[in-house]
Amino acid sequence: MSTGLLTLLVAALAILGMVMGRSRAVATAGGDIRKLHSLPFFYGRFTALLTAVPAFLLIIVWLLAQPLIVENKAAALLSPADIPDGSSKALVMTDVRRIAEGLDRLTESRTDIPALKADPAALKAAMNAAGVALQTDPAPSVIEAAEALREAQGRSRLYLSIAAGIVALGGFAWGVSRIKPEFRARNATEIFTMWLLIGCSLIAVLTTVGIVASMLFETGHFFRLYPAKDFFFSTTWSPKFGGGSSLGIIPLVWGTLYVSFIALLVAVPVGLMSAIYLAEYASKRTRAWVKPAIEILAGIPTIVYGLFALITVGPLLRDWIAQPAGLGDSSSSVMTAGLVMGIMVIPFVSSLSDDIINAVPQSLRDGSLGLGATPSETVRQVVMPAALPGIVGAVLLAASRAIGETMIVVMGAGAAAKLSLNPFEAMTTVTVKIVSQLTGDTEFASPETLVAFALGLTLFTLTLALNILALYIVRKYREQYE
Amino acid sequence: MSGSLFTLDARTKARNAAERRFRAYGLGAIVIALLALVWLLISIFSAGLPAFRQTFLTFPVTLDASQLDKSGTGDVAQLSKITTITYAKILGQSLEAAIAAKGIDLGGAKPKQVADLISQESAATLRSKVMADPALIGTTIDFTTLASGRIDGYYKGRVTMDSAALDKNTSPEQLRLADKLKEAGMLAVRFNTGFLTMPDASDKRPEAAGLGIAILGSFMIMAVVLVLSLPIGVAASIYLEEFAPKNWITDLIEVNIANLAAVPSIVYGILGLAIFINFAGLPQSAPIVGGLVLTLMTLPRIIIPTRAALKAVPPSIRDAALGVGASRLQTVFHHVLPLAMPGILTGMIIGLAQALGETAPLLLIGMVAFVRDVPGGLFDPASALPVQVYNWTQRGDPGFVERASGAIIVLLVFLIIMNTAAIILRRKFERRW
Repeated sequence: MSTGLLTLLVAALAILGMVMGRSRAVATAGGDIRKLHSLPFFYGRFTALLTAVPAFLLIIVWLLAQPLIVENKAAALLSPADIPDGSSKALVMTDVRRIAEGLDRLTESRTDIPALKADPAALKAAMNAAGVALQTDPAPSVIEAAEALREAQGRSRLYLSIAAGIVALGGFAWGVSRIKPEFRARNATEIFTMWLLIGCSLIAVLTTVGIVASMLFETGHFFRLYPAKDFFFSTTWSPKFGGGSSLGIIPLVWGTLYVSFIALLVAVPVGLMSAIYLAEYASKRTRAWVKPAIEILAGIPTIVYGLFALITVGPLLRDWIAQPAGLGDSSSSVMTAGLVMGIMVIPFVSSLSDDIINAVPQSLRDGSLGLGATPSETVRQVVMPAALPGIVGAVLLAASRAIGETMIVVMGAGAAAKLSLNPFEAMTTVTVKIVSQLTGDTEFASPETLVAFALGLTLFTLTLALNILALYIVRKYREQYE
Repeated sequence: MSGSLFTLDARTKARNAAERRFRAYGLGAIVIALLALVWLLISIFSAGLPAFRQTFLTFPVTLDASQLDKSGTGDVAQLSKITTITYAKILGQSLEAAIAAKGIDLGGAKPKQVADLISQESAATLRSKVMADPALIGTTIDFTTLASGRIDGYYKGRVTMDSAALDKNTSPEQLRLADKLKEAGMLAVRFNTGFLTMPDASDKRPEAAGLGIAILGSFMIMAVVLVLSLPIGVAASIYLEEFAPKNWITDLIEVNIANLAAVPSIVYGILGLAIFINFAGLPQSAPIVGGLVLTLMTLPRIIIPTRAALKAVPPSIRDAALGVGASRLQTVFHHVLPLAMPGILTGMIIGLAQALGETAPLLLIGMVAFVRDVPGGLFDPASALPVQVYNWTQRGDPGFVERASGAIIVLLVFLIIMNTAAIILRRKFERRW
């Protein structure tokens, strides 16, 4: 039974439970609903919830776990001899999956499957005709594994249908059997709903656990294949698919920090000064349209900035500054990425700083102005010191944003890992390398791929630390005037 | 004697000058920020608007039966053996004949150069047209098709006579011939609906590349995000805002959500790759995986505004509901939630708009793959708008820069629509208590 059909059946049973529960409740009360503890529809809802929710949870968990178990079974049938040189078990398993899918399609249209299975070349031709592209003639053991995979999938689907059916029917029967006039159906449904709400709010925690666990797991994997000392302290980055690569993070971290530094060099003065102007000088009407206009910059997707860096800013900087000054002739450079990223981060600095400057009590300003200070002296000597921790927090948040930014640096900073001071040279960052190591056909066994997880974990830790520090500073400051 | 307040002393003058300078810096900063925005938009729009116009060739094509249907039976199985190479030849011959019929001088252009005026995609278009209606064989049809990328570039200013002289894919003779065809009405620049409907095309055919699959894929991903994140996000917010007791567990959840909202998006891509693709074995480049990853990314960004919307509903509403005997859940679901709905929907739309423009996580789960088949479901390979942009920027032909910018315009139009909807919703239903 397909998953869709199963879902529909469970849903139908739940609707039936809703109707049955309600009518049974009315019936047990002898048609007089005043005798019921709760309104009749609560009895129906109770039955429906008991029918549907556990069954759906089972289906979801099963579908997530099924490939794991089923594929292990099929993979066990493959011997090391079946894996060609330069390939891996994972790649062969892709073929197995594809053949299994092809066999599914072929069984619909052809009857000579056993004959086909004995003849790899004919099988390949038939598969290609059915829209499943195979590069080489499949080895007999691969076909066998595919067959085993299909069988196991079919069996798993059957078991799932049976198990979900039992759970749904059991919930249904239990729900209906509990219906009595004195049964507190409303309270029961509410407790049930409350647990659903709690479950939903736990998803956020599960996401974090998932992020940390998956990255820790793969990073551990990576450090078993590649020494951690070299990863953290080597100054060369040159991955070679084929072994003998050196994967030092230092040039990547250098590029990341350099780009972020230039971005902050652009964003902090511009963002801070516009926040001060908007908060202290601008009329209400100017503020009403300038503030949203600057915030548009934050709403533009980063791919747009990336393209802007690639087609406009990069060539402009190269032709007008880098080449005449003899600093380099690459259109992607730290300066390009940094400038464009700076533009992107302006609203992060300006919006937060604006809020923080506005939170400084008016009495401080009045006191300063009353003593004869000009507005700018008030800002510099009274408002700024009071708002400083918050502004530092805003800058740290902007920095974490810049460090984690991907598309701008992928399209604007370049791909060569270098340790250089020249901002017009192409350098690369942690995020660029995560993308380049993980895009395309990935194979989870080589250090060249797994290094991306170590990079990701580094990035995650770095940005998390910055965020926590920023939030801590902002929070600590806010308490002062409340 | 300088006692009067009306004659400013040097120090006051200096202070006033400092004041004026400070104001000017502030104004300057705002002007810089706004200019950057305007520069960005102008640069993207000027590069991208040409993508919506395209050069088309119209000429009679004689579908010669002796070449297309050698058996003479009209049998579809036989017809399908004729490849696009034959069709390309027919197109070239027909164009040459059409030019001769109009009495246009070739001006030194060789037959190969004449045939190369036509996009390489046209042969496939013609073939599928014939395969759909074999009765066309033997007749002469008026066929409108794409001109090749270089000719299109010539009318958009990307290719000039000078650059053509150096380019092995085109030549000045070819361009002069194209000009003559334009005068004769066989070649025209028109609005290009294909850009919004056609699938991606290979490296050599920028003129045929379209956004059809990418738009469809983005819609599928957004549908998954909407269906999953709206109920889960609202449920989580309700629990945290209305019911959660203050203890270390709920504190942990709150800190967690605040931090998740600031985690770089690429980290979610790594998560998706490790969990959904590597661990759970879901297919690469499938909208379902993209949707799941973006759901996880969007959830914290939705929970924060949703909680703010719930918090904005005054406690008196809750007190009144509880006072007339509603249970706590009934209070929330019957009274607080409907009142908070406009705020929740606004946050939701803005969260979705962010997810729509997100690129990096989708790159990692393999959505960069070259997809030409319309995805039949959530598990089939598809593309997505921002990834398509990235994909096109990685191609060699300069025609793809125009396509990428055009795709960004489409993306921005979607974002503007969504954000406008959010603003209208907020204006219309905003309540001050």
